[in-house]
Amino acid sequence: MSERTIELEILRYNPDTDEAPWKQTFTVPCQEEWVVLDAINYVKDHLDSSLSYRWSCHMAVCGSCGMMINGEPMLSCKAFIRDYGRKIRVEPLSHFPIERDLVVVLDDVMEKLPRVKPYIIRDEEKPVEEGEYKQTPTELYEFKQYSMCINCLLCYAACPQYGLNEEFIGPAVLALAHRYNKDSRDEGRDQREEITAAHEGVWECSFVGACSEVCPKAVDPAAAIQQMKIASTMDWYLDRLPAGLGTRIKTTLMPRRTAK
Amino acid sequence: MAKSNKPIVWGLFAAGGTISAFCVPALILAHGLLVPLGVFGENALSYERAKAVIGFFPVTLVVLAVVILTLWHAAHRIRITMHDFGIRNDQIVAILCYGSATVFSMAALMGATAI
Repeated sequence: MSERTIELEILRYNPDTDEAPWKQTFTVPCQEEWVVLDAINYVKDHLDSSLSYRWSCHMAVCGSCGMMINGEPMLSCKAFIRDYGRKIRVEPLSHFPIERDLVVVLDDVMEKLPRVKPYIIRDEEKPVEEGEYKQTPTELYEFKQYSMCINCLLCYAACPQYGLNEEFIGPAVLALAHRYNKDSRDEGRDQREEITAAHEGVWECSFVGACSEVCPKAVDPAAAIQQMKIASTMDWYLDRLPAGLGTRIKTTLMPRRTAK
Repeated sequence: MAKSNKPIVWGLFAAGGTISAFCVPALILAHGLLVPLGVFGENALSYERAKAVIGFFPVTLVVLAVVILTLWHAAHRIRITMHDFGIRNDQIVAILCYGSATVFSMAALMGATAI
């Protein structure tokens, strides 16, 4: 195994002692197959134990180690040292307040998440004796992609709209709402639209598409949001048809829309 | 949160984007290249011929749909692009963009009725 030495520039910030974030460079001897997270772990273990950052699984599953690597939101466990030059710049995720060093405050997204009701909603639960809710492979395929989100929030760091207006519900949460809207067992789309069809919902998105480019799990939140825009537009017009015609069309064409 | 009224303009934007993606490249090819190169012969787009084609009612409708929806697509796209460029005076931008689209749509309608 070959070894190479890199200069790792890390943004440091301790709210108790620092007035503003500052940069610190560490010289790290790396193995060829290391990822950026390995280099950060090396700093923590051998050079500066006060460095703060989140990580857990080291295999792009837990979604904790998201950070800006050379200015791009990445999972540091998925960013290979060999793909970068001698100098690598590491900063906390953009658009979030810094808690300490590479740790950001996630409260805003955590507060938005339950507002879109990301769970199956039904008018009436089927009694257990009647068995499970069955789905065809096609019905599963409809939403599966949107269920792969690991809440790493790289999409929020990449989204220019979220950077401008933090009221925007944002890519991951909207994609998750879409995931339940598309689920054949769910009847809660009308309830979710209270949030998703509001101005701060899908309509704040200007389809830059950066969310889908940075997503490490190929969720494609931008596509989810565009599909929701089409659905919300149809609903907007249906809601304005006279004599309850819209409601009748909805219940005929979209029977899964009945949850109060 | 109240539901947004943006579907009004977004619906026109989406329809305009779809129709212009399909039609405008073909129109540019036909009118911008093939006709000037003489592929369709001399006077392919003479005033009389163009007037006769556009004056045929189904064609009038299609031309109006392409022109008006493309206008609304452009208006909304420019509004959003202004926002992305950092111009935050959205209300004024929206009035200017959609106002222009309205004026030119009216002009297209008046032009169509005059044929």
